[in-house]
Amino acid sequence: MAEEFAVRMVDVTKSFGHVLANNKVYLELKKGEILSLLGENGSGKTTLMNMLAGIYFPDAGQIYINGREVTISSPHDAYKLGIGMVHQHFKLVDVLTAAENIALGLPGGVLVDRKAIAKRIREICDRYGFAVDPDKKVYDMSVSEKQTLEIVKTLYRGAEILILDEPTAVLTPQETENLFAVMRNMRADGKSIIIITHKLAEVLAISDRVTVLRKGEYIGDMDTAKADARALTDMMVGRTVTLNIQRDEPENAQRRLEIRNLTVKDKDGVTRLDDINLDVYAGEILGVAGISGCGQKELLETIAGLQPAASGSSVKYRPTGPDGPAEELLGLGPRAVSDRGIRLAFVPEDRLGMGLVGSMDLAGNMMLKSYRTQGKGFFTERRKPYELAKEVVRQLEVVTPSIETPVRRLSGGNVQKVLVGREIAMHPSVLMSAYAVRGLDINTSYTIYRLLNEQKKAGVAVIYVGEDLDVLLQLCDRIAVLCGGKLNGVLDGRTATKEEVGYRMTAMAGAGKEARV
Amino acid sequence: MNHESLLHISKREGLVWWQAWLIRLASLLLGMVVSAAFIYTITKLNPVRVYAAMWDGAFGTTRRAWVTTRDAMMLLCIGVGLAPAFMMRFWNIGAEGQILMGGCATAAVLLYAGNAFPSWLLLLLGALVSVLAGALWGIVPAFFKARWNTNETLFTLMMNYIAIQITCFLVAKWENPKGSNSVGIINSRTQAGWFPSLFGQQYVMNVILVLAIAVLMFLYLRYTKQGYEISVVGESENTARYAGISVRRVLIRTMAISGAVCGFSGFIAVSGSGHTISVDTAGGRGFTAIIVAWMAKFNTFVMILIALLLVFLEKGAIQIASQFQLNDYASNVVEGIILFFLLGSEFFIQYDLRFRSHSHKKEVQA
Repeated sequence: MAEEFAVRMVDVTKSFGHVLANNKVYLELKKGEILSLLGENGSGKTTLMNMLAGIYFPDAGQIYINGREVTISSPHDAYKLGIGMVHQHFKLVDVLTAAENIALGLPGGVLVDRKAIAKRIREICDRYGFAVDPDKKVYDMSVSEKQTLEIVKTLYRGAEILILDEPTAVLTPQETENLFAVMRNMRADGKSIIIITHKLAEVLAISDRVTVLRKGEYIGDMDTAKADARALTDMMVGRTVTLNIQRDEPENAQRRLEIRNLTVKDKDGVTRLDDINLDVYAGEILGVAGISGCGQKELLETIAGLQPAASGSSVKYRPTGPDGPAEELLGLGPRAVSDRGIRLAFVPEDRLGMGLVGSMDLAGNMMLKSYRTQGKGFFTERRKPYELAKEVVRQLEVVTPSIETPVRRLSGGNVQKVLVGREIAMHPSVLMSAYAVRGLDINTSYTIYRLLNEQKKAGVAVIYVGEDLDVLLQLCDRIAVLCGGKLNGVLDGRTATKEEVGYRMTAMAGAGKEARV
Repeated sequence: MNHESLLHISKREGLVWWQAWLIRLASLLLGMVVSAAFIYTITKLNPVRVYAAMWDGAFGTTRRAWVTTRDAMMLLCIGVGLAPAFMMRFWNIGAEGQILMGGCATAAVLLYAGNAFPSWLLLLLGALVSVLAGALWGIVPAFFKARWNTNETLFTLMMNYIAIQITCFLVAKWENPKGSNSVGIINSRTQAGWFPSLFGQQYVMNVILVLAIAVLMFLYLRYTKQGYEISVVGESENTARYAGISVRRVLIRTMAISGAVCGFSGFIAVSGSGHTISVDTAGGRGFTAIIVAWMAKFNTFVMILIALLLVFLEKGAIQIASQFQLNDYASNVVEGIILFFLLGSEFFIQYDLRFRSHSHKKEVQA
């Protein structure tokens, strides 16, 4: 009897340091089917697939390909087994042509038979409906063309099992349709395909079955025909976990930021934020929920003056409440913002790449935002930042060999304490944080929650961009949900349910009218 | 199963400064031992005698010691000029051109105003125009980088060739005597615009000027707001933007300073040592100084040591070549071996090498 499963992964476990990325995960892929691998950010989807592609090696568990147990210890092994993966970040050489990229790393002599390669590429393209010009340089290609090339590359190398890691994240709706058509062609040809995604609509549109992961664990799988968006969301986000995070009623909450018609386009002209209207109040914590890459980063960076907004956008800062004077923040830039005495604190997602200078010691990092105003004229003030660093170390219990230690050498949690400590020390009136507890242990996370709550109590307008829905629901007073760069409702943190937030993250509510609280 | 390499290389953390210097000293000694072995196998000479001859070549007479010092100061000056650019992670390999432009500017002042102004004014003017010319040669690539994100390595390198051609043109224009294809010693009779002898020594002023610049640069990089901005931009442009630092402005300002100091060393080369201008005025020192700047990790005081060592090696090599009738290449090999070990030591300071035993099998995170 022919083996029914192209891939079976049983009890596959992988940990990075203390973080368990995959815990006894189970996955099966039938021959000639499209399987969706669904889960939130950090649920372990990519890690699991990287083990199938030979990039990571599992700590424990078995992998069966076509019924035979195998060991995959390198991408080369994976290719020999007919497994090809298209990564989110393309692995192409820009200055080479499509054909050269495909030929790269293939066995064979020094000479490349361009004609033969081009001929086979055309065969593959004709068979499945791809459009690839073998002689086009990669740097001339659009994102969608590069992705197509990656898929053709895996097919050229004889892949029977294809893994696509969030392939639609970079595509327009039209391109997505084309991709799906090609995927159906490949399925008809007997290929087995796994598509990693967190978009429910796509799961329902393209796949035969769906497997759901949550926090590194296998939750279950079901036939797509029997699934609906609600049921899948419930599987994805799971039951509410009580965290016992303190949450006081906001006192004297006054409007401090008025975000109006905020639209942001990136360098390539892709809309990242689409007409956002949102108020931020002093004395409350406003949570921002959403699948990663739905505009959270752009929202904070635009307010901080690090990204330009489209014309017609406005972010008004009202230091003394809705009736007081207002100042337009957009177009100022970080320096002008601080020169005007607007104390805008920002804990960015990229702690060492944006918020801190890794090679500098704690004291040097304390002066990052204040060095201009402190100190006499031309020279920097050294004593005050040093004292501040000592104070932050003492109050936030930063574990560091000394004040003179480069922050890069501290552990992730301590790096974050240094960053948050500095931002709070500026006595902010608005405090924005992006993924403030990502990668931190429980104790440090609670320290961060406590600090944010103290700021809220002190009348600071706190914006908390988070990924853990349990935390968002138990820490924040209101939760703004972003979906694909649009605001998909603002919910009351005390009454909203996990399912509701999760659902709004993945599917837009009735087009046009956006719920506001 | 999983392939594990026998040799494991990991980034070192927290090496105390004296440990790093111990590694450097050890590699210097090791380099000398390997050089000695080389000398003995190839030439059958006694290595101790050869090293003694090297010392003799660099410091054997008062005159030699002063020439060694003068050249070390020149190298130091260029290294100090490169420091701010490299600290900003701006790959300024255009010192060569910046020196030449500074030198040409100084020579022009000495030639055209040599009889019109007193010597002190000529010196002042020479210093000023050399600084301006060097700064201009630094600003151009910085501007293009800030504006269009051009590659500064290629750009500064190309600027060198422009400077060399300009120098060629000026040498032909100022040729003296006609047909010699050189400018000759400028103002050789009046010595107008030459560094004066201080304390009866010709090169004391070179030492004073360069050491003063080294101290000022040390203070600038370490204790000023602009120096702080350079460090932040060098580490991460995103962090700089986050802190409200204008990356473009810091780029251009820092390269103006870097070019100015390199241009100033052109002034020293013309007014303070060669009293002439030619395409050899920079003589590759703009590249050698890159080693000086990097090995010292931009600490201008450490640069003094490195510059001295490099010039010592160079002078010593020339001496053993003539004393033992070796050709130049043999002594270049000695120089090369010692430099190789010194530069290689930085790897062992940065990284920890460990041989793994087969017994413990641990997963390596990809």
